[in-house]
Amino acid sequence: MKRFVPIRIGKNAVSFLLDKLTVLRVTIALIVTVAVFLISLGLGEVWVPPQEIIPVLFGGGDPFNQLIIRDFRLPRILIALLVGVALAVAGALLQGMVRNPLASPDIIGISGGASVFVVGFLVLFSDSNGALTVSIQWLPVAAFLGALLAAVLVYSFSWKNGLSPVRLVLIGIGLSMFMNACTTLLMLIGPIYRASQANIWITGSVNGSTWGQVWILFPWVLVLFILSLFMARHVNLLELGEDVSKAMGSRISKQRIGILLLSTGLVGGSVAFAGGIGFVGLMAPHLARKLIGSSYGSLIPMSAIIGAALVMLADLIGRLIAAPLEVPAGVFTAAIGAPYFIYLLFKERSRK
Amino acid sequence: MKKSKWFSILSIGSSFLLMMLLIAASVRYGYQQTSFSQILHSFTSFNGSNAHLVIQSVRIPRALIAAAVGASLAVAGVLMQTLTKNPLASPSIFGVNAGAGLAVVIAVTVFNVTSLQAFALLAFLGAGVAIVTVFGLGSLDRKGLSPLQLTLAGAAMTALFSSVTQGLLVLNESALEQVLFWLAGSVQGRDIELLWTTLPYIAIGFALALFFAPSFNVLAMGDDVANGLGVKTGMLKVWIGIIVILLAGGSVAIAGPIGFIGIMIPHLARKWIGIDHRWLIPLSAFLGANLLLLADIMARYIIMPQEIPVGVMTALIGTPIFIYIARKVGTSS
Repeated sequence: MKRFVPIRIGKNAVSFLLDKLTVLRVTIALIVTVAVFLISLGLGEVWVPPQEIIPVLFGGGDPFNQLIIRDFRLPRILIALLVGVALAVAGALLQGMVRNPLASPDIIGISGGASVFVVGFLVLFSDSNGALTVSIQWLPVAAFLGALLAAVLVYSFSWKNGLSPVRLVLIGIGLSMFMNACTTLLMLIGPIYRASQANIWITGSVNGSTWGQVWILFPWVLVLFILSLFMARHVNLLELGEDVSKAMGSRISKQRIGILLLSTGLVGGSVAFAGGIGFVGLMAPHLARKLIGSSYGSLIPMSAIIGAALVMLADLIGRLIAAPLEVPAGVFTAAIGAPYFIYLLFKERSRK
Repeated sequence: MKKSKWFSILSIGSSFLLMMLLIAASVRYGYQQTSFSQILHSFTSFNGSNAHLVIQSVRIPRALIAAAVGASLAVAGVLMQTLTKNPLASPSIFGVNAGAGLAVVIAVTVFNVTSLQAFALLAFLGAGVAIVTVFGLGSLDRKGLSPLQLTLAGAAMTALFSSVTQGLLVLNESALEQVLFWLAGSVQGRDIELLWTTLPYIAIGFALALFFAPSFNVLAMGDDVANGLGVKTGMLKVWIGIIVILLAGGSVAIAGPIGFIGIMIPHLARKWIGIDHRWLIPLSAFLGANLLLLADIMARYIIMPQEIPVGVMTALIGTPIFIYIARKVGTSS
């Protein structure tokens, strides 16, 4: 029995080797994630046992449970799931592009750029009564523009006869400090209730998500996710280094811009609805790489699954730990992510 | 490049003069119109008028605090860069500000502390913890972390501290109102008492920094060379840690998190006067004071009558310079 099965769709569009072991591990991860999803639906102020969740999902069940699950919990958990997918895939793409396992959207300032625009949006477009003067529908657009601006700035400032990953990360750190300063400034200018709203949002929370948001974010993430799969084989090549991929005929600059746009889109979408949930874009691809290796055809879906599980778990803990108060999910992803990041630094060091 | 002694003395002298001028300007200019003669009269014949009150109780503390904080941040930056051989090392990058911020927010939300004095003490503690953590990470074994990795570790610590800070603030909205202005970093509205209580620590920090300056010169040549020349590098590094805690902790205690001065100034001063720490440390101190005084004056005028927190101002000024330095570092490593 062969271990690898090649998968090709179309002439050049999708092409990767499928490892049977990988398929097994992805399936296990998927099952775990679905379990997290169901547990997360059941747990909270009111406990709903799993056997009652399934009928509710299919439109039946007790009306009270229906209200809790369908109207309160399902939207926020779906948003958590989508945000996890988006951040993880964006992180995986960026890590492949800059060939540095430490790159992630929040560390190189892309999330920070989105934050500035969203806080600016909240502050500038609210009248004296605190109501927004323009539709909240524009919020994701603002976030995306902010993320895009930050990405372009980071990319162009770190460009100097080519792109050095080290420079990219350093400049990203500087720019995110700059973005933080801008955010603080906007919060101080605006009224205090906007500031506290913005503060929840900066830390990253999926509290108060609505079905409307789910329906905006879902197609956005779905399309970009599929496009990322198309990108997979190019990222595989880019990871081999600039010289190799050039020799193999990659159009490096174009592909880099494509990857950057994709990850910016994913980050912008997630930041718009859940704020700055940090370190998911760093951790998820890493864990995925440990489990199934670094072939992007399978790495992207695996990262997505792990990212979704991480954010849903962080949200679940945030709901339970100080109930009835809600701790933003971003606190927990940072609490796990920052030590993990430092651990990675040490591992890199000993490898040298 | 060797600079002559007279050049160094002249440079330090002129930057000191500039500092005096800027302190005077900082007392003179602002929303409330005052004149130099009023400033003089407020010392000789205080008459309780609005202008005199503003000068004596608002402007003068503010100018002195800005000078002290700017100077200590700059010197802390010099020492951190010498210790880690990393041109990007500075209090804000290594998570010192975020650590201090977290300590203050924990105090406000968990222990209901409200006095600025207590804020200062806790900020000191938080800064100390952050410095010990980052330096500890950097020296876990002989190989240690590379400059880049240390910077990244600092960034990760910053992210961790600030997200816990924000999490606590989300749980307690009234605390947000209390600490938001502190968290933005400002030299305005700080009680002069705060300066007097912190000044001894800062002064000891400066004295120690000058005392060890010749040893820093040797350390800058590399650990092996320094060991070979008979400098006890281990002990010296502990001293640097203590000085940085005194200076960075003291300044964050007074003014809250103010970034970028610790990166910019040492860089500028090194270009100006060379790498001899005996000159570099005093020059950096005066230049740091000048920068913060200037930033503070500008912060009053940009969106008058409101003020921009000076921490935001320094970030706006400092980012381009940070990017310039980062481009150089990223190319060489």
